[in-house]
Amino acid sequence: MSSAGTTLKHYFVNHEQQFDAAKLGMWLFLVTEILLFSGMFVAYAVYRSWHPEVFAQASELLDWRLGALNTVVLLASSFTVALSIHFVQKGENDKVVVLLLMTLLCAAIFMVVKYFEYSGKFSHGVFPGAGFEPHGIVDGKDYSKYDIPFAPQFFSIYFVMTGIHGVHVLVGMGLFGWLITRVARGHFSPQWYTPVELTGLYWHLVDIIWIFLFPLLYLI
Amino acid sequence: MSEASHNYLSAKKGLWSWLATTDHKRIGIMYAIACGTFFLLGGILATFVRTELGTPGETILDQDGYNQIFTLHGVVMVFLVIIPAIPGILGNFVLPIQIGAKDVAFPRLNLASWYLFMAGALMAVFGWLFVGNVDTGWTFYTPYSSGASNAVLWLTSAVFVAGFASIFTGLNFIVTVHKMRAPGMTWNRLPLFVWAIYATGIVQVLATPVIGITMVLLFLEKLMQIGIFDPALGGDPVLFQHFFWFYSHPAVYIMILPAMGIISDLMGTFSRQQVSGYTFIALSSVAIAFLGFLVWGHHMFVSGQSALSSIIFSMLTFLIGIPTGIKVFNWVATMYKGSVWLRTPMIYALMFLFLFTIGGLTGIMVGVLAVDVHLHDTYFVVAHFHYVMMGGALIGLIGGLHYWWPKMTGRMYNETAGIIAAVLIFIGFNLTFFTQFFLGSRGMPRRYHDYTELLENFPEFAALNMASTIGSYILGIGLLMILVYALYSLFKGPKAPANPWGACTLEWTHTGPLPDEHNFHETPLVTRGPYDFHLADDVFGPKEEN
Repeated sequence: MSSAGTTLKHYFVNHEQQFDAAKLGMWLFLVTEILLFSGMFVAYAVYRSWHPEVFAQASELLDWRLGALNTVVLLASSFTVALSIHFVQKGENDKVVVLLLMTLLCAAIFMVVKYFEYSGKFSHGVFPGAGFEPHGIVDGKDYSKYDIPFAPQFFSIYFVMTGIHGVHVLVGMGLFGWLITRVARGHFSPQWYTPVELTGLYWHLVDIIWIFLFPLLYLI
Repeated sequence: MSEASHNYLSAKKGLWSWLATTDHKRIGIMYAIACGTFFLLGGILATFVRTELGTPGETILDQDGYNQIFTLHGVVMVFLVIIPAIPGILGNFVLPIQIGAKDVAFPRLNLASWYLFMAGALMAVFGWLFVGNVDTGWTFYTPYSSGASNAVLWLTSAVFVAGFASIFTGLNFIVTVHKMRAPGMTWNRLPLFVWAIYATGIVQVLATPVIGITMVLLFLEKLMQIGIFDPALGGDPVLFQHFFWFYSHPAVYIMILPAMGIISDLMGTFSRQQVSGYTFIALSSVAIAFLGFLVWGHHMFVSGQSALSSIIFSMLTFLIGIPTGIKVFNWVATMYKGSVWLRTPMIYALMFLFLFTIGGLTGIMVGVLAVDVHLHDTYFVVAHFHYVMMGGALIGLIGGLHYWWPKMTGRMYNETAGIIAAVLIFIGFNLTFFTQFFLGSRGMPRRYHDYTELLENFPEFAALNMASTIGSYILGIGLLMILVYALYSLFKGPKAPANPWGACTLEWTHTGPLPDEHNFHETPLVTRGPYDFHLADDVFGPKEEN
């Protein structure tokens, strides 16, 4: 039914209407995503304004170099996604497959780095909430000195925000895997490439949320 | 029944043709069945609550039982009935036809939203029946919720999941209104019901994600003690209230705006006249949607927020009265010099006007700082929000269901039975809740299962509570009566004509008694407004008496 060329659903008048509807729907969905994260940003802002010194101190435990590496990786992946949309519009599907694979690779690198960050924290007792019992010495920092009131809140917020962001990265990886198989099977053409464009929009959102998370959690 | 004409009901047969349907009309019917069932459940729970309070002392429930029952009554009625009902049932069924579209923009997402809604509902019921007790009230305030049983995990997940159903519905309608209108269906020719659902969609999309993340944080609070909301762990319970009401106040407008849209359509059709101030009614919906985001703090006047915030929230609350007043006055003006036709839907529209105005004005009273300190957490507040939620939103829904019933089922219902039920509901409702204004203003606190000790100083509480309970039974009988004649109409009712009310909007003028599977044979070309009754006789033919 829905192979290339005959993808117009019966309830739309033409492809342009169908594409515009899909794109508007995606933008609205991205708005809901921003509001979902906004709750966590508010929680961060509130606790930071109440306990700025605790937050400044607790953020020392996060390794800004790993955060910066992930920022670079995600920015690169946004670039490859943008290029993939450019080439799908021109019908050069070989390049699209390569670019989407590179994007998928970047997302995987991001998650691997995140895995090492998380496991490093867990191994020294840095858990969200009630399990927070920092211990051990890493890079000359004595973790036990960070067992201060409201440091658990900082790490709760850190794990919740980066955790939910990480879930979004995983969803994005799934979407890219699905897109790659479809591009390889020749499902998209310069006339119809809506899923590539919409996944690209989603990925830029995942990227931009990280752009805010990185300085707020790691740098200040 | 060998009907030659095929329609959306006869097009496909079998349970699977319903469960896998992407037809907006069938999804609307599925929402109707689901919400109707939950409304019955919530109503039975309400009868338990009122029966317990009818006489002093322990009547049928002990303290814990009472707390659980009113919590579940609130959760079911708010999250599983009032929020999803009008957009889910009537929005789905009517909106695409009213704008001349063959379906919503994303039919599969529409079906997914119904499944999400059902998943949320089942999680709530499962948690309640099998996991443990929840006695937090529908607001899940910490530390009640962080200290309650693990059933809270199920209920918060249920709200999260059902919330996404609501988001998808709203998103779908916004895109549908923007992109799917028939040729000639300009923005100022949209029926006011469409405007209202559109404004509701904005609130659903912008507010619901916030309750989503709040429920996630509350879930994690309970699961991992993350210490954001629970004061025992250094969290801030007032922060939870801010988060909760940032959604739940706008949610009040998710409930009432669609009902206002229904009333606008009913007023026009049954006064057989242009709806007065069309543009103002349309834009006041949007104004209410946006102002609704700025007033959440009025739920927290006694929660310890700063006096300055309270004053600002109080002032903004008064502003909501302006667009609301614009609507009420325009509805009244629509009837003026119109040809008012008192059929059942119009009775409900008039009832709405009366009850909602009481609910709205008492809302402004509790928005006054000094008055609120006295009335907070009393039955006055209970009466106020029942006048808005039941007297406004649900009465609007019932009126709308009576109005669109012939189009949804192809059958008429018994008009006399409809009017008798409406009168019973009106009497029962006012007896139940008007007495609660007296109770509350004299200091009867809400959420108490017993008031024996209060009787020493306030002997009138006994009679007022008894009256309220009797009223709730009358209300219940009226509602059950609707169920009976609706079921009768479904199987035995006379066949409905295509446009029994002589209405002007496309779902009446451009479809048969039951719409086709894809709504229209040909996409309509719209050349007039939604309430151009002055063209009536030459364009639509005279109204059909039945």
